[in-house]
Amino acid sequence: MTNSSSSIIVECLQVATVVFLAPLFTGWVRLLKCRAQARTSAGLLQPYRDIYKLFFKEVALAENASWIFRFTPYMVFGATVMAGAIIPVISTRAPLSATADIIALVAIFALARFFSALAGMDAGTAFGGMGSSREMMVASLAEPAMLMSVFTISLVNRSTSLSQMTHVIVNSPIMLRPSLAFALLAFALIAIAETGRIPVDNPATHLELTMIHEAMCLEFSGRHLALIEWAKGIKLLLFASLGIALFAPWGMATGGTLQSLVISYVTLTAKLAVIGVAIVLIETRLAKMRIFRVPEFLGAAFLLATLGMLSYFMLE
Amino acid sequence: MPFFSPLPLAFSSIVIFLMMAGLALLLQNRQTFLVNMAFFLSTVSCGIGLYAGFEAVASGSMQTMIMPIGLPDLPFYIRVDALSGFFLSLASLTGLMVSIYSFDYVKGILSARKATKLVVFYCLFMAGMLLVLISDDAYFFMSSWELMALSSFFLVSFEDESAENRRAAFLYILIAHIGAVMILLSFGILAGFAAGFENFMGYRFSAMRSAEPGMLWASIAFFLAFFGFASKAGVVPLHVWLPEAHPAAPSNISALMSAVMLKIAIYGILRVCMDIIGVQVWWWGGVVLVIGLITAVMGILYALMQVDIKRVLAYSSVEHVGIITVGIGLSMIFTSFELRMLAALALTAALYHCLSHSVFKSLLFMAAGSVLHSTGERNMERLGGLIHKLPWTSALFLVGALSIAAMPLFGGFVSEWLTFQAFLLSPVLPNALLKILFPLGAALLALTAALSARCFVKVFAVTFLGQRRAVPTTETHEAGMSMRLAMSIAAISSLALGLFPSFVIDWIDTVPQSLVKGRIASSAGAFGWMWLTPISAERASYSAPIVFIGIFAAVAVAWLAFHGKKAATRRSATWDCGFEKMTPRMQYNSTSFAMPLRRIFGFLFVVSESVRTSHAQPGSAPRIRYSLRIEDRLWYVFYKPFSDAAYYLAKQANRLQHGRMQIYLLYSFITLITLLVFA
Repeated sequence: MTNSSSSIIVECLQVATVVFLAPLFTGWVRLLKCRAQARTSAGLLQPYRDIYKLFFKEVALAENASWIFRFTPYMVFGATVMAGAIIPVISTRAPLSATADIIALVAIFALARFFSALAGMDAGTAFGGMGSSREMMVASLAEPAMLMSVFTISLVNRSTSLSQMTHVIVNSPIMLRPSLAFALLAFALIAIAETGRIPVDNPATHLELTMIHEAMCLEFSGRHLALIEWAKGIKLLLFASLGIALFAPWGMATGGTLQSLVISYVTLTAKLAVIGVAIVLIETRLAKMRIFRVPEFLGAAFLLATLGMLSYFMLE
Repeated sequence: MPFFSPLPLAFSSIVIFLMMAGLALLLQNRQTFLVNMAFFLSTVSCGIGLYAGFEAVASGSMQTMIMPIGLPDLPFYIRVDALSGFFLSLASLTGLMVSIYSFDYVKGILSARKATKLVVFYCLFMAGMLLVLISDDAYFFMSSWELMALSSFFLVSFEDESAENRRAAFLYILIAHIGAVMILLSFGILAGFAAGFENFMGYRFSAMRSAEPGMLWASIAFFLAFFGFASKAGVVPLHVWLPEAHPAAPSNISALMSAVMLKIAIYGILRVCMDIIGVQVWWWGGVVLVIGLITAVMGILYALMQVDIKRVLAYSSVEHVGIITVGIGLSMIFTSFELRMLAALALTAALYHCLSHSVFKSLLFMAAGSVLHSTGERNMERLGGLIHKLPWTSALFLVGALSIAAMPLFGGFVSEWLTFQAFLLSPVLPNALLKILFPLGAALLALTAALSARCFVKVFAVTFLGQRRAVPTTETHEAGMSMRLAMSIAAISSLALGLFPSFVIDWIDTVPQSLVKGRIASSAGAFGWMWLTPISAERASYSAPIVFIGIFAAVAVAWLAFHGKKAATRRSATWDCGFEKMTPRMQYNSTSFAMPLRRIFGFLFVVSESVRTSHAQPGSAPRIRYSLRIEDRLWYVFYKPFSDAAYYLAKQANRLQHGRMQIYLLYSFITLITLLVFA
């Protein structure tokens, strides 16, 4: 809750970073995946070209679509960008970070999802409804696991405020806490489910039996699709950054000096690159699971988080 | 006592309702005038009540009065304090909106039937609920309680030509009375220990407060009162009447019952269990907490399975009563460990949820009433695409859906966020078992919130989006002016509750202060009205106005940057994968939307699913019939055995009856002889 001008500049810088670098991160993941599967990639910058192209394409709306359908892309984009202003990405002291703690942050993502699910049902087709129903199922099972994970982390940091949690970890010596290790594993599983990656959902598929998120967004076109795709990219970057902020924020700037920001950018890039490799390893090694296996997957996340909590009470 | 102070104002509000109930009988032949006058007076009276309640909470003062009516030597005691003031303003605010809504809504049913009965019992119902809030002795309390229960019974059975509604009303009154008996017994124990079992002097609440019944009897009184009130609030397993009664009543009454009457029961729990008896051991709160969690999860799971829009709302009321009960349970546990500030936090969360649930649930019931009013349908499987025909109702329903799904910026979120904060502070508890069980409770609450979002995506999308699933039988028209006005007030209130929580918390702070001797307003508003920091800024902070501005700004920038005329927009048919033209029946409907959860949580229900294929003619495509029945498993556990036993006993007792006069005379003769022998 500081109002100095430097922190406002940091905040603007952070939002710009998140918004404009998200397609790069998506491109990085796609590039690595192509390499891992011995395919030729379209290049690191292809997501930018896709989004740019879509902005100039005609929007084809279903005859039946209402204002909800047309408003949803803007809403999803707006809520995701707001989340980007809240999560500490380059500095622990971003002023907007205090406007919502991690529980409210999860709810902001839920708000975006609420509208996406409505839009999926709006066109009046079977696919959209299927996507909405499945997406909401995955989300409703991910939520308790997420809360358990948050609970465990908040036990260690005595806070649910994101900047405070990050601040505590940055300023404490690097040590292995079993509770945080369990919470990290749980968080990773939840992040996979929330961002719709393999093995829960396949972002590259358009096969009706396996789609979750894609089915929900199937009817979008033109600039609407561009916004949805962009927001999806931002969300992936944000979950990666959230993981970094909660579990490995070392190197992140704690003030607004130029030097610390440079270090922050360098470490952030390195960490994101590593996370990209991890995502690609998971996605190439695993197959997408059946949709009714997802409860077990998220149940495992819940149990891991619970174990983390128990180990905090017993060991720390 | 000056007239413009809470108690006289609340009292005059009640007098207006009672007068109107009498007057309605005289105006039977002028129905339109009757409706206009009744709901005008009701609106005014609710306005007065709202002011009275607001003042009572804001000042935190207490006013008492003795009314020399009732039985000889047993006058009625009246008291308005912060707690009753809070519920008074909640009831009046909802009453105000529903009264405005009723102008057009009740006129809409005048063509089918007279509204006299509705008006009379509406006024008595409101009066009964307000009387419960101001009564300060067991006798007055129970009389008011019965007035409320009986008048609502007649409202539930208003459309009494349908057997289903009559059954719902019977079930309602039955469970209401089981609850009333439990409350009465609890009062009996307390009054007995307060002033001895030989006289009636212990019937005042002030006398009961000083009673010292000892651990065993205190526990019995506590749980009798809790379950008595819980039966009225719809806590699982005493909820079975609720999903029957709320849909049966006219929609304005459903709104009142769900938004206000359930809260009166919550008031009863707070007044009797926390104020009069007082929490003495932690496990009392533990039981309340566990029951609240079960209620919340079961309520929303049942809500998800429903296809009747009003039944969904009724079951979701069960869920929200559960969430409120969780807050109360937490507050009780913290109180028993003398953690005053945390108790105040949990209680504030519960009260906040009472208030926001009243607002958004009445909004949703009113909007569902408009849908019913304009389409004649309650079954979501036959609705769809109404957003084009009912732009107002759909937009207002969306606000209600966002609030009830606990989306940030809307009413429901703040209270759930506060409840989560209370849960997350559990590590300070000295009890190791509680420390480990609390997070599991919080996880269940998170599950509830997520399922609630899912449920209301379903309700909104199936009802208002897509295409109409069945051919409309009547012409669909938008709700009347007064209905739109009332729903708009509710929607704005819900948004205000979501955006300006620190004002509301500052206002209700006197209630936890008087009830659990703790307060959070000074820390919650420590950084100005924009920030909500329930414990401290390092612990957690939330600023709804800034989040709102942030999202709004981002949406606006995206809109301005990308919504330009760079590319055209074209309307076209959706891609049907090259098959025949798609029909509205191919859309996802309520049942299919809920299917994944039915599969995951199916073991909690009695689900009977069958697919029958029949060939009309050889060579033609087979006709496929799919039927699905979902029943409440708890009905078979808690109710069926008892109703079977009662039926069996009645049948046995029936043997005494032969319909012959001589035999009945013989019974009387035998009874007299027996009495003479033993007397």
